[in-house]
Amino acid sequence: MAFADQFWQLTVTGLVIGSVYAVIALGYTLVYGVLQLINFAHSEVFMFGAFGGVFATRALLPSGNISATESIGLVLLGLGIGALCGGLAAFALERTAYRPLRRRGAPRLAYLISAIGASLFASNLAGKEFGRDSVNIPKDLFDYNTQVFSVFGARVSKQDLVVFVVALALLLLLDRLVSGTRLGQGIRSVAQDSDTASLMGVNVERIIVMTFVLGGLLAGAGGFLYAMKFNASFTMGFIPGVKAFTAAVLGGIGNVRGAVLGGIVLGLVENYGQFFLGAQNLDVVAFLVLVLILLVRPSGLLGERLGRAA
Amino acid sequence: MSLLELDDLVVRYGAVEALKGVSLTVEEGEIVTLLGANGAGKTTTLRTISGLLRPSRGAITFDGQPLKNIPAHEVAAMGLRHVPEGRRVFPQMSIVENLEMGAYRDRKHLKVDMERVFGLFPRLAERQKQDGGTLSGGEQQMLAIGRALMGRPRVLLLDEPSMGLAPLVVQTIFQIIGEINADGVTVLLVEQNAAQALRRASRGYVLETGTIAMQGEASALLQDDRIRQVYLGESTGDEAQAG
Ligand SMILES: Nc1ncnc2c1ncn2[C@@H]1O[C@H](COP(=O)(O)OP(=O)(O)O)[C@@H](O)[C@H]1O
Ligand SMILES: [Mg+2]
Repeated sequence: MAFADQFWQLTVTGLVIGSVYAVIALGYTLVYGVLQLINFAHSEVFMFGAFGGVFATRALLPSGNISATESIGLVLLGLGIGALCGGLAAFALERTAYRPLRRRGAPRLAYLISAIGASLFASNLAGKEFGRDSVNIPKDLFDYNTQVFSVFGARVSKQDLVVFVVALALLLLLDRLVSGTRLGQGIRSVAQDSDTASLMGVNVERIIVMTFVLGGLLAGAGGFLYAMKFNASFTMGFIPGVKAFTAAVLGGIGNVRGAVLGGIVLGLVENYGQFFLGAQNLDVVAFLVLVLILLVRPSGLLGERLGRAA
Repeated sequence: MSLLELDDLVVRYGAVEALKGVSLTVEEGEIVTLLGANGAGKTTTLRTISGLLRPSRGAITFDGQPLKNIPAHEVAAMGLRHVPEGRRVFPQMSIVENLEMGAYRDRKHLKVDMERVFGLFPRLAERQKQDGGTLSGGEQQMLAIGRALMGRPRVLLLDEPSMGLAPLVVQTIFQIIGEINADGVTVLLVEQNAAQALRRASRGYVLETGTIAMQGEASALLQDDRIRQVYLGESTGDEAQAG
């Protein structure tokens, strides 16, 4: 089949998954913005959010037929609980893996090692507590695969639509928060010059915690979206984690709008790429992109900095 | 009791002792200037007062309260505002946003205070939407001072506000510092531009490698031979003949 025939279908798939990468990528970019730290354990925050959301919808699903309202309510609840679990996980991570190092003025490498340790711990903890098999959202939650409409012959399922719309809403919400609220201004001030921010009365430590939590809320919600499309498992964080990190670097790490752009672009590129390289090489494309940007334009598409309204 | 008091302050960077027992006082309503060559410890002194650095010995008292273990963001909230060396405006925030940052802790009087700052610095009013990073040095200094005023300070710590500015702009800045002081704000002014600073101040201190080497009434320091020679760039009679 020719690329042109597949183009729109690949575009739909790319946009949907890309919007999820974008939601996760924001966590990397926000934390990098305020601390110049790559939080490699962010992928596990995402995983905890996915489990939280999936378990919540499974536990709360009423037996028998469920109405459209119940279905929407449950999806929103799954998102909320997923976000909450992600936020809590990020909070705990900052407290245990990073703050003690900051207090001691540890060198950069220590953070990286701590992040990897925390990541392995969290993943294995989940494996032990939640089992080693993957879990899905309940089949009866809604009719995922029903086609809602088609664009240029490409089918858009109900699931695609839900994931994309929710992700887009989260991205817009975060953008507003960073550019238009007092907390957002506090985050930007710390990203631009943390000493001077504290001279303005900004409690930098509090902003750091809030930034982790904010990234965690997003990753948690993103985890539930991802689990809706695929499933939740204790090893699920790694691949989307690296891809979201790639998206953040692609857009310019530290740059909020860059992370969104990077996520969408990566989703599209890996889907177009798999057409040529084969579906089994989907992940290869993403990593190829990472290596290429690091070689060619390490500051990303939009450049670094959490400066401008984001 | 003085409004601001430093007593025998010692500050270290690792093994290097940058302040070796600095004591000074600032009375309410005064302009006090702290002079000294590059590396003397002026910036270190201000950063320690505002809580960015911790002294290893000595005490700081503001309005009767010890500041030693109070974090910088709380010191700012107490009404002690530091305009840092090199201005440090937020480069990717507009003028308005930079001013808002000055009122981060308390936005009750935001509108009124911003109008007041724009009244003091009409140049800023004309460029409200422009990013801090794109302003000229003089404009950035005005913004940095205006931003500090947004916090309604009782004491303003100014670190070399004239650094790198054209003479005309320096005049404006010093004049505004005078006006701010006349409005009741106490000022501790760090400068290398000793002549200008001493003309505005009531008293002065001279810092040399972490120690107060001289102190006194500003008018007396202006007349002092050593000050004239080292800090006002005037030559002695002998050198004048030689050169
Ligand atoms: N961050 C730092 N680390 C190590 N030494 C420093 C640091 N900042 C300043 N110093 C040293 O402390 C001394 C005082 O510096 P500073 O307070 O900046 O002087 P001034 O403001 O009078 O030029 C200098 O010897 C300087 O080299
Ligand atoms: Mg200095």
